[in-house]
Amino acid sequence: MMRVLRERIITLVITLGIILAAGAGARAESLETALAGFAGDSYSDTEKAIEATAASGNPRAAVVIGALQDGRLFFNPGTKKIFVKAESGDLLDAATGEPAAGENASELKPVRINNRLRRAIEAALGGLTLLAPDPGKRFEAAQAVFRSRDAAALPTLDAALAKETDPGVKRALAEARAAVILNMSGAKEADQLEAVAVIRARADQDALALLSGLPAAASPAVVRAAKDAIAAIQSKLALWDAAQNAWYGLSLGSVLLLAAIGLAITFGVMGVINMAHGEMVMLGAYTTFVVQELIRDNDPALFGYSLAIALPLAFLVTGATGILIERTVIRFLYGRPLETLLATWGLSLILQQAVRTTFGPTNREVGAPSWMSGAFEVGHITITYNRLWIICFSLVVFVALLGLLRFTRLGLEMRAVTQNRAMAAAMGIRTSRIDALTFGLGSGIAGIAGVALSQIDNVSPNLGQGYIIDSFMVVVFGGVGNLWGTLVGALSLGIANKFLEPYAGAVLGKITILVLIILFIQKRPRGLFALRGRAVEA
Amino acid sequence: MRASPLIRGLDRVSIPFLVLLAAIAVAVPLLNLAVSPLSPWYVPTYLVSLFGKYFCYALLALSIDLIWGYCGILSLGHGAFFALGGYAMGMYLMRQIGTRGVYADPILPDFMVFLNWPELPVYWYGFQHFPYAALMVVLVPGLLAFVFGWFAFRSRVTGVYLSIITQAMTFALMLGFFRNNFGFGGNNGLTDFKDILGFNVQSDATRSALFAASVVALAIGFYLCRVIVRSKFGQVLIAIRDAEDRTRFLGYRVESYKLLVFTFSACMAGAAGALYVPQVGIINPSEFAPANSIEAVIWVAVGGRGTLVGAVIGAILVNYAKTTFTTGVLAPYWLFVLGGLFVAVTLLLPRGIVGTIAYWWGERPRFPGGNGAGAQNGAIAQPRPAE
Repeated sequence: MMRVLRERIITLVITLGIILAAGAGARAESLETALAGFAGDSYSDTEKAIEATAASGNPRAAVVIGALQDGRLFFNPGTKKIFVKAESGDLLDAATGEPAAGENASELKPVRINNRLRRAIEAALGGLTLLAPDPGKRFEAAQAVFRSRDAAALPTLDAALAKETDPGVKRALAEARAAVILNMSGAKEADQLEAVAVIRARADQDALALLSGLPAAASPAVVRAAKDAIAAIQSKLALWDAAQNAWYGLSLGSVLLLAAIGLAITFGVMGVINMAHGEMVMLGAYTTFVVQELIRDNDPALFGYSLAIALPLAFLVTGATGILIERTVIRFLYGRPLETLLATWGLSLILQQAVRTTFGPTNREVGAPSWMSGAFEVGHITITYNRLWIICFSLVVFVALLGLLRFTRLGLEMRAVTQNRAMAAAMGIRTSRIDALTFGLGSGIAGIAGVALSQIDNVSPNLGQGYIIDSFMVVVFGGVGNLWGTLVGALSLGIANKFLEPYAGAVLGKITILVLIILFIQKRPRGLFALRGRAVEA
Repeated sequence: MRASPLIRGLDRVSIPFLVLLAAIAVAVPLLNLAVSPLSPWYVPTYLVSLFGKYFCYALLALSIDLIWGYCGILSLGHGAFFALGGYAMGMYLMRQIGTRGVYADPILPDFMVFLNWPELPVYWYGFQHFPYAALMVVLVPGLLAFVFGWFAFRSRVTGVYLSIITQAMTFALMLGFFRNNFGFGGNNGLTDFKDILGFNVQSDATRSALFAASVVALAIGFYLCRVIVRSKFGQVLIAIRDAEDRTRFLGYRVESYKLLVFTFSACMAGAAGALYVPQVGIINPSEFAPANSIEAVIWVAVGGRGTLVGAVIGAILVNYAKTTFTTGVLAPYWLFVLGGLFVAVTLLLPRGIVGTIAYWWGERPRFPGGNGAGAQNGAIAQPRPAE
């Protein structure tokens, strides 16, 4: 098996060598004849010569035409030989690139160009980069031809296609060729049909524009094929659009989840309306800012870890603030939800103003570590790393919280106190301590949400204000006292928002969502995942 | 035999208060217009406008007190009704500008010309007539409140849930009014007013008249609220506040009572907004901001909810403090003060100023709502998470 393969490869290499050698001879010759036109000393001859040189496919062609563009191409009126003056000042033979010995520079005349020729030169150079050794350059040139659809590039395209090995560039070249053929008036119907198929496979907005802008002279069969292709591309694009929207929605949903999940603890589990919740998120974001500032000043090498350092700190800072608030204000207001709402609103004003006085009213810059910046493409979807990380992070936080409530002693005691306070106290649980810890936990989670949100939002004293209404909507929509409800609520609100945006615009989409939630609460006052049974009235 | 509720509205508390308001409505314009600016008794025009604004706020506070203090409905969206009333008045004032606008279009307001609107939208029709505009001032907020309340109360959305969705309502309206294609001037709102009923809005006399109108509106609003809370209807409202389920079991249609009082309160808020706009000379979407509505609630809490007089006093006191703070070197500290007020009032002074004074004087029966949450009088006992 291996031997057969090796033999075949050897045969292939030999055959290729023969072909290349023969090709090289032929090319040098055609370049010579093409160059002769430059000696004609008339604009029309020069134009023909440019086209012929470009079509020769010789590697020297780019050098010659580049020299022409810079006014470094000369000819000898007597011998009709063409020379390139290198940038060093040496005179070289245009066809071979060898130093031209024995030529008198004073006898040479430059090849003159005018504006029309300059355009021809640019088009020719564009076509010639199709043959550049760098695949990236070839790809760009193919894209450029795809856009310009210049019929003059066809021969170069064919030459480039024949020897292209990189599959990506090869596809781009084939698409560029198809674009040229579709736009050409004299092309054969079979070629054009083939071109439509190639463009159909490309399936993006450019392909759509190309197919809908077919020349009027196209044959009925081609027009029909193009129509089919347009329909196919449109449905494919619609699918990608939906996928992109779903991704954006997922991303928005994860942000909502992060912002709302702490609220699901304080509001959902404890029944405390915490209007200062958004400010906890804001404090978390500012903690990130402070951590990054300290790192910049003291040890810039640690910057990549700044978010990892900020996470526990933000949890501690906001958790401690939360416990302080619970001990000093909220515990006196249990059982009076409307008063709690007003008092925590007051606290949110105080926290905002405190941050404004300390850090100033303007946005502070929080940097992104390198592993969070950048993006990659899946099909026609662009996925940025920071959004991807935030989705993962929100899910991790969600699972961790679920685990905490389900499997730890603190979680057990929290659930016990929520379900039956008097009985829990009788079993020896210090209920007021659990209240403080639960509130601290909810606030701490808001803090780590702030660390994540600092990556995608402006870190300003108003950061929290933007999230508070949305977070309440998520918790109320998902059902109070149920973390799964919060997850479903956040994701469905996020996705619904992004799917409405293209039709209604961002603001109107948001209004629609708010109205829908208001109507939904009328229908199911206790949310999507309502608690049933006695727990409801407890 | 019991007197008619209209008469019972005039009692020991109301009469002195109404007389005071009447005196203010007469005296302040007189001191502004008829007294020489050099006299120590002279009231400068800016003060007239400033206090005119406060009295509009007081009317808004009164409307909140009626539903919160007497029916237990905490609306965090009353600013929306206030702003809607304001926009209705603003539309009338815009139509009065006529050809004096920058673009001198006889029909279209400047911002519509600027946005290349071909013609006046249908919902702007009729606003050049003052009676129609005045009707819309109470009708539009009333209608919104009726529809909103009809949905909310029928499905028994109560307590904080209601508060949060009222907040969402005003938030949604704010987003909407910020849009240019809503046809209400977008970001900039409605401004550059010239005339009201043919009088220049900038002149001293008009400002004094608007001031007097605000005080009179407040007096009428106060009297109507007083009539309502002293009537049998008002007693049922208090019963709903204190024990909603029990009231329902006794056979009262709780939803209808709530809906009626909520709608009436929204109409009052709309009237307050309509008087506010010509005095400040602008109405823009930021009036819908949820923060404004919550701030209005704290005026009531400071003054003492369920007292009506307290709402008026609270609104004027807090706004006077706000003006003093935000115009001086203390401006950065105003939010600390306001935030502190929220916390301090709920923790230390749950009855508010007027409620506390009344409590000390042992007049509890006269202020049944002194402690707001009624059934939970003195609830500052055990930590006890709700529901």
